[in-house]
Amino acid sequence: MKIEDKKRVLREMVLHRRFEERCYQAYIERKIGGFLHLYPGQEACCNGVMEAARPGHDYVITGYRDHVHAIKCGADPKEVMAELYGKETGSSKGRGGSMHIFDAAHRFMGGYALVGGPFPLAAGIAKAIQLKGGDEIAICFLGDAANNQGVFHETLNMAALWKLPVLFVCENNLYGIGTSIERSTAVVHQHKRVAGYNIPADECDGQDIDIVYEHARKAVDHVRAGNGPFFLELMTYRYRGHSMSDARSYRSREEEEIWKQRDPILMLRDRLITAGAITLADYEAIEKETDAYIENEIIKFAEESPEPRVEDLEKYVFADRETQLPWLTGKAA
Amino acid sequence: MANIMYWEAIQRAHDEEMARDPLVICMGEDIGVAGGTYKATKGLYEKYGPLRVMDTPISEGGFTGLGIGASFLGVRPIIEIMSVNFAWLAMDQMFNSAAKVRYMSGGQLTAPCVFRSAGGAAHQLGAQHSARMEKVFMGIAGLRVVTPSNPRQAYGLLKSAIRCDDPVFINEHELMYNMKGEVPDGEYFHPLEGSDVARAGTDVTLLGYNISVHWCLKAAEILDKQYGISAEVIDLYSLSPLDRAGIRKSVTKTHRAVVAEEDEAPVGVGSEVIAIINEECFFELDAAPVRVHSALVPQPYNHTLEKAAIPDHEDVVKAVLKLFGKA
Repeated sequence: MKIEDKKRVLREMVLHRRFEERCYQAYIERKIGGFLHLYPGQEACCNGVMEAARPGHDYVITGYRDHVHAIKCGADPKEVMAELYGKETGSSKGRGGSMHIFDAAHRFMGGYALVGGPFPLAAGIAKAIQLKGGDEIAICFLGDAANNQGVFHETLNMAALWKLPVLFVCENNLYGIGTSIERSTAVVHQHKRVAGYNIPADECDGQDIDIVYEHARKAVDHVRAGNGPFFLELMTYRYRGHSMSDARSYRSREEEEIWKQRDPILMLRDRLITAGAITLADYEAIEKETDAYIENEIIKFAEESPEPRVEDLEKYVFADRETQLPWLTGKAA
Repeated sequence: MANIMYWEAIQRAHDEEMARDPLVICMGEDIGVAGGTYKATKGLYEKYGPLRVMDTPISEGGFTGLGIGASFLGVRPIIEIMSVNFAWLAMDQMFNSAAKVRYMSGGQLTAPCVFRSAGGAAHQLGAQHSARMEKVFMGIAGLRVVTPSNPRQAYGLLKSAIRCDDPVFINEHELMYNMKGEVPDGEYFHPLEGSDVARAGTDVTLLGYNISVHWCLKAAEILDKQYGISAEVIDLYSLSPLDRAGIRKSVTKTHRAVVAEEDEAPVGVGSEVIAIINEECFFELDAAPVRVHSALVPQPYNHTLEKAAIPDHEDVVKAVLKLFGKA
């Protein structure tokens, strides 16, 4: 990555971190309902991979920890926050919520809440790309625990069999909800599990964005060149619990502190300071500007946006009826 | 009009739609090189090749999800699940992904896919290959459910389902693929909503779908000839949504209703149709509506027990006679 790109990404990662922390606060204030799964600690994964890919051009799909992936693809953070507030101006018009952010215009194909559910959907998107003959790739970001679902294996098999242009990114954060990977999974290093499907795989540090970027570049190039799927495992850690109701009783504060020593944002910040690209004061200014942007624009937009109308409760269950009449009733509108 | 078999009608719909639109594809177990367990995709592999006629591994959840994902980008997959019993493995993707994606994305994504599957008891296939599961599909918001009772419907419903932007589940029947019937020579789109009056009558309404339409028709003939009872037969080819207006219209005319289904009774088509009758035209009834259905048992292998578990036209006749106080 060029130094200018790194500076831009640092600013993005600060937004991603502060956005999520602000969600936490809004949840405590009961402005956000439902389940809320936050991303702090894992920022280098999404950012490193997407810097190597083409956000807005390549198709991205993920699970329920999806806010940052959507924003990285080009979704407006104001609309993502409005979605969390359940507003009509939200990414999914308030019908989805935190776990179901969508932005089809930027090819962010959604957050899904069944663990492992996006695996075959990602392969299907890749199948559509293959049929249409485009140069896009499908990128599926999921956690390590999703790999214990049957569809993980079914999908790897089909993706390899049909040489589908799909990159599987496993963000291995060591916990599936509240159960550690050692206690749920016979093989800790997930890239070893795909060997049986003849899919090339790689593993690297998921906290250092430069390392993620270098590995992701090779993975993305492999898939885009028409060589079929690739599996990239990123070793990472989520600072917060699985969701807001999780008191993290299953792990020690000491373990969390060890991971925080290798914070992805601070590592990038310090590297840029050492290189003389920014000063500490510059970084502090970025944080301040970001907080002001979140408060004055993002939160303000979410707060002031209208609720969906109750009359529209059933809108979006089916396609717009008027357009479907020839097939529904045999008569055109 | 061509007099062709149910499977030929399905094959013709596939062929016409695939020839028209390169984004219409089909996928499923043994549908390509082998030509399909029920021949519904015969000859398509040779014509359209492996990229569009996909022999899938035996991974129902995986390939169903794959088809759904492709549909997000405008591909129109016709996904065959060899037996509806195997659809349990694909229901997560059908219900959680295909049926909900439009709603939970605020209308941004849609899943225009067709799921086809054979249900019903055939000949001694036992507990895990004989299920009828329409009751499960028809309770899902965002999913359309249709079930053809003849080749004309099998052709026209599939054509409409492929064109429709909503996901559609088509419930076929293992015993009906070789049934013959008239299908229009020209292109024909059967509406996905509504019901057909399969036989007009005045004294009692017999409501059936798929194979039970044929029990009702046979029963109507017997009732007419032997008992002088004029039965109207309503073909509920659309199970979701059910045709409230059509049900009301017929029952308001006849004042009596019998619902026939091959499935077990609890939480089924019969329960739903009778609830609709109560809601729509309770005070038109001269007698309490009755259900004809199978026994609540896993389908037995033994031929005699299997026959005892599944209703037929005689059970429909008996139910009607009871309604008229003649049994």
